Amino acid sequence: MKNVVVIGGGVAGIQASLDLAERGIHVYLVEKEPSIGGRMALLDKTMSTNDCSICILAPKMNDCFSHPNIEVLEYSEVVGLTGEAGDFTVKVRRKAKYVDASKCTGCGDCMEKCPTEIPNEYNSNLNKRKAIYLPFPQAVPRKATIDEEYCLKLTKNRCGLCQKICKAEAIDYTQKDTMVELSAAAIIVAVGLSVYDPRDLHEYGYGKYENVRTWMEYERLINAAGPTHGHLKCAPDGRRPKKVAFIQCVGSRDVKRCRWCSSVCCMVSIKSAMLANEHYNDLESYIFYSDLRVFSKRFYEYSKRGEKDYHITYIHARPGEIAEDKRTKNLTLYYENEDEGKVDALEVEMVVLATPILPAEDTVRIAETLGLEVDDDGFLKTVDYLQYPVETSKPGVYVAGCCERPKDITESVIQASAAAAKAAVLAEG
Amino acid sequence: MMMAEELRIGVFVCDCGTNIAGFLDVPEVCEYAKTLPDVVYVKENMYTCSNAGIQEIMDAIPKYRLNRVVVASCTPRTHEPLFRKACEDAGLNKFLFEFVNIRDQCSWVHQKEREKATEKAKDLVRMGVARARLLEPLEEIEIPVEKSSLIIGGGVAGMTAALSLAEQGFEVHLVERECTLGGLLNGINELYPSDRDAGALLDEMREKIEGEKRVHVYLESEVDHVDGYIGNFSVKLKGKSRDELKVGTIIVATGAQPYEPMYMYNYDEYENVITQYELERMLKEKKTGNWQKIVFIQCVGGRGERVRYCSRICCMNSIKNARLLRKLLPDAEIYIIHRGMQTYGTVYEEYVRKAREEGVRFVRVKDGVPTASSLEKRNGKLAVGFYHPGLRRKLEIDADLVVLATPLIQREDAKRISQLLKVPLGQDGFFFEAHVKLRPVDFATDGIFMAGSCRAPADINECMMQAMAAASRAAIPMAKGYVKTEPYTPTIDEERCMGCGVCVEVCPYGAMHLVEKNGRKVAENIPAACKGCGACGSSCVHRAISMGHFRDEQIMAQIDEVVT
Repeated sequence: MKNVVVIGGGVAGIQASLDLAERGIHVYLVEKEPSIGGRMALLDKTMSTNDCSICILAPKMNDCFSHPNIEVLEYSEVVGLTGEAGDFTVKVRRKAKYVDASKCTGCGDCMEKCPTEIPNEYNSNLNKRKAIYLPFPQAVPRKATIDEEYCLKLTKNRCGLCQKICKAEAIDYTQKDTMVELSAAAIIVAVGLSVYDPRDLHEYGYGKYENVRTWMEYERLINAAGPTHGHLKCAPDGRRPKKVAFIQCVGSRDVKRCRWCSSVCCMVSIKSAMLANEHYNDLESYIFYSDLRVFSKRFYEYSKRGEKDYHITYIHARPGEIAEDKRTKNLTLYYENEDEGKVDALEVEMVVLATPILPAEDTVRIAETLGLEVDDDGFLKTVDYLQYPVETSKPGVYVAGCCERPKDITESVIQASAAAAKAAVLAEG
Repeated sequence: MMMAEELRIGVFVCDCGTNIAGFLDVPEVCEYAKTLPDVVYVKENMYTCSNAGIQEIMDAIPKYRLNRVVVASCTPRTHEPLFRKACEDAGLNKFLFEFVNIRDQCSWVHQKEREKATEKAKDLVRMGVARARLLEPLEEIEIPVEKSSLIIGGGVAGMTAALSLAEQGFEVHLVERECTLGGLLNGINELYPSDRDAGALLDEMREKIEGEKRVHVYLESEVDHVDGYIGNFSVKLKGKSRDELKVGTIIVATGAQPYEPMYMYNYDEYENVITQYELERMLKEKKTGNWQKIVFIQCVGGRGERVRYCSRICCMNSIKNARLLRKLLPDAEIYIIHRGMQTYGTVYEEYVRKAREEGVRFVRVKDGVPTASSLEKRNGKLAVGFYHPGLRRKLEIDADLVVLATPLIQREDAKRISQLLKVPLGQDGFFFEAHVKLRPVDFATDGIFMAGSCRAPADINECMMQAMAAASRAAIPMAKGYVKTEPYTPTIDEERCMGCGVCVEVCPYGAMHLVEKNGRKVAENIPAACKGCGACGSSCVHRAISMGHFRDEQIMAQIDEVVT
């Protein structure tokens, strides 16, 4: 029996790893962040069931990490590949965490004492994290990592507080990156996604108007573990909004930007609007859409439930411009309502932009390292869309999740299991 | 119960650095634990879960002859397997371990109430010790799994699943009620997005199946009866084949059928009002007319009309056929009247853009009302009326051909399959998965999976992906060769059992059934199918059912400690 290397520890990578490990195949799961979990770990609720995202994912993360057949290489990246299907050698850089994982208990004492604060990317940069950190409270493994770019000890040889405070004596400033070589019969690539930055759509004022947010920021704002503990707050006085607008296709289905449809954003906005209404039951939401895409199992019914029970109004329009009231910071959207055939305006306190899913930042680097083709949009290409939905251009390398094209959690999980079926043949063969 | 044995309980209380010790008095909890009956050893650990902490448990078990271990720390959700393993490694049955959660339930929720948090921790430890005294050693049950699979339905999903499982080394029995494999695809002309000939794909797949020794095909046959549970299903076929099969797993891939739009848009009266599937057949047989204006009407019967859901694949199907007709009839005007095109993703969005460039005209109407408002025969033409929201008036197109895009609906025989396998159908009539997000092709019942349009409308790409996913899931127990079940299964007191069958009804996993014993009916549990949820135990009015590891006495002992 041979190994399989899974690259990317989001829900797709976790699913593929568990399917393989459960049947007795040894898996190396390589994750670039200090914790597995990926994008799903950062979402508040998941659409169509409104399950708490981390609550349903965390048990899988733990199953994965503690599985005797899975070795998780967190905070690591794939840097080389040799060999061929059935007999690959994957070269992986394990980045130094400057923390001895066998000693660290994840108690968090060091994070409390660390004086260096930097923007917290796991909270969409809405608050700060420390230079020694856990990406999020449910991180797996629950082991601290020192950010070498910002740590005072590592950059200026000052401070050293974390080492003094750590009762487990886990801090090790002398740690170095290490290289490991993994043998694998097959590889599953599940490196996920990134999200479009809508700053170039000047008409919506993102980055300029404080009450204009992206959907990913909203996920963290509405999340009880997020920077505002789940309270929606508007500039300038922190009051909570009574009206929120969601704009779909901001940067997507746009020939100048992202041509594709991201598949999930319509449902994400409906969910977000429902959550807002669950937090504040007089809150009204307006979803500005081009085509409301609610095509999967129980999605259409969900959209209707939003309308009926959660004060959601769907408006068929692409707003042309948002204007901000300098004093109240309220936002007025100007749009042509295509269902009414008239030009209209709407004032709200918060606007959430549904920006598209892009390939993850390092997709191109990974594609080059592994020798895989990408499509015109930058996603990893399958041999044939119809018939070979998990096979990449390189035999023995399979793909799952959003790095192939935007898709929701359900479809990522399905594709991950499908990729596992292919990889298993090589590993067991 | 092994009452002869002297009880020797060890209690380990975790500081969790300062996570617990910072908010409650751990030494006081330890001192208190020493006073509890049968506790012979108490230890405070800085981190019980660290290598050092685990070692302390493993050393203490032989040294103090501990036969019960209680850890008061965090949550069993993340840490129970670790502590159980420590017990097992030290020679103690792992079910003699008891977990007390003083982090989540004390230090986290009472951060500003040190005394109360400490008192509560003592209460919880006392309860844990009380339960530990009544714990019994249990063994996990291992059940062998037959390395073969039954696939019900020989459409594209069933065929793909069969090929995948065969490729993975398993025997497959593929049962199809029609006289040929292929399902709905047999009536399809071309496939989007590659505009590949559907027949060619089917031929290729059939050929692969024929060449695959591990796949046994049963045409013109249906499943008549299924008995058993994961690993050991006995299946009886009916129809052309009456074979009896032994399989370890089952994949349901029974597909769906197109909705017949009776009494809608005069479908049953007008000759040139046809369904998408009728158009497919005409295109396949090259029997197209010289139509000058063609109108596709989307969501006929779908999205709140005859069925509530969106059928997902109809938009792409209409675009595909519109583009094809555009090529066949370059002078014809082709319209698609829709309520929002569902062309999700990278490839489909590109596909709809191409259709626009080629001159297919899209007319969007409001959702929530019928897509077209009228259809009448006038001057030999079909006048299709619809309300144009942008222009705020009703428009009409005089068409030669009207194509109704109707949804896929569940097959009539799905109910029978659902009863045969004891698996549920959802409100929309489609098979109901164990978890929408994380177990999308599993049934809640172990060993049974689903793929394709019997789950929800799906196109070829999606059917294939789901089929391979179902094959991956089904392969897990078969590759392992066994399934292990936790010993939380019920024991039935046959003296008390009245054979009323309530437990059989409430069991969501089909793990309870009634059997004849000494001339009367009594309940029996099938451990392989049982999840230990306790639904049977709590519903038994005769108190004849006792759950392993969660026996009434064990739970009552805990409750008594806190209420008395």
